[in-house]
Amino acid sequence: MKDPLQLALLVGAMAAATVITRFLPFWLPARWFENRLVRTLRESLPAVILLLLVIYSLKDTPVTAAPWGLPELVSLGVVVALHVWRRNALISIAGGTALYMVLVQTKPWTWFPF
Amino acid sequence: MGMNRTSSDSTWLRLVTSSLPVAFGYIPLGLAFGVLLTGLGVAWWWATIMSLVVFAGSAQFLAVSLLAAGASPLDAFVATLLLNLRHIFYGLTLLDRYRALGRSRTYAIFGLTDETFSLLAGQPPQKSDRNWVLGLTALNQFWWVAGSTLGALLGHSIPFSTEGLAFALTALFAVLLVEQLSRGFRISSLAGAVAAAALCLVLLPGKYFLIAAIGVSALFLCCLPPRVAE
Repeated sequence: MKDPLQLALLVGAMAAATVITRFLPFWLPARWFENRLVRTLRESLPAVILLLLVIYSLKDTPVTAAPWGLPELVSLGVVVALHVWRRNALISIAGGTALYMVLVQTKPWTWFPF
Repeated sequence: MGMNRTSSDSTWLRLVTSSLPVAFGYIPLGLAFGVLLTGLGVAWWWATIMSLVVFAGSAQFLAVSLLAAGASPLDAFVATLLLNLRHIFYGLTLLDRYRALGRSRTYAIFGLTDETFSLLAGQPPQKSDRNWVLGLTALNQFWWVAGSTLGALLGHSIPFSTEGLAFALTALFAVLLVEQLSRGFRISSLAGAVAAAALCLVLLPGKYFLIAAIGVSALFLCCLPPRVAE
């Protein structure tokens, strides 16, 4: 059992660090952000960050052994295709996730001896 | 508020459907976090408290390994600061939208996770944006707190296989990226992001990958020539 005081200090330190990173842009003077550079960043960053979040969430996928990252690749392709086709976020996300769960839980690549 | 019953009902429904993909991700990930934390011999309600006051998924997983290693609060502070530096860019992007929320923005800023950011960045502001932003933030935190509390209480006796369910977060990011791209984009900024990601995968593949890749991409964006007025 951990010492509760030690735990409370650790949790408090982490909460403080998170609050600092989330509030910092709002604490800084507004005029610091009124320039072309920040405007460019605010225009282009959302798409860039979303792309990086996709990469980040898949970056630990093992690709050198079976199934070589194929469940991720196929399911991601299905998500994007569904979304371009139907434009319904819930259908795209539920469809792709259900397919991914079936793939990783049934492991179809082990059904055939290669 | 609440004057028009049917419109507020449909707003609720839209809020829940928008945040449902986050629930698919946060509940299984929260379960895993709760199981891991109580595995260290910590009382179950610490999982609830951490999810309430820290509310940063990757930092909370990091806390499990820090606790296991007997790290000091200062270690935890510095590690969380580094891990969460990316939030500065989220706030920067949402600056005006959040300023318009009035005093209640304090909670919205506190609860600005990767997933809430991506939901907000992927969609234009709503008609009553204050309720929308606060509702999404609170609902997303509810999934996370519920998942981690349940995981801490159940431990390893979770009765069904959630393997692969957290792919919903990847799918969410991908869907919001498609939405964002359909409103126009600069191919050079995306190419820069892919190059930055490749570079950081080689140099810093660990837990600081995301802040490094966002930082390099932001630097690259700063070097791009200004866009010709449309």
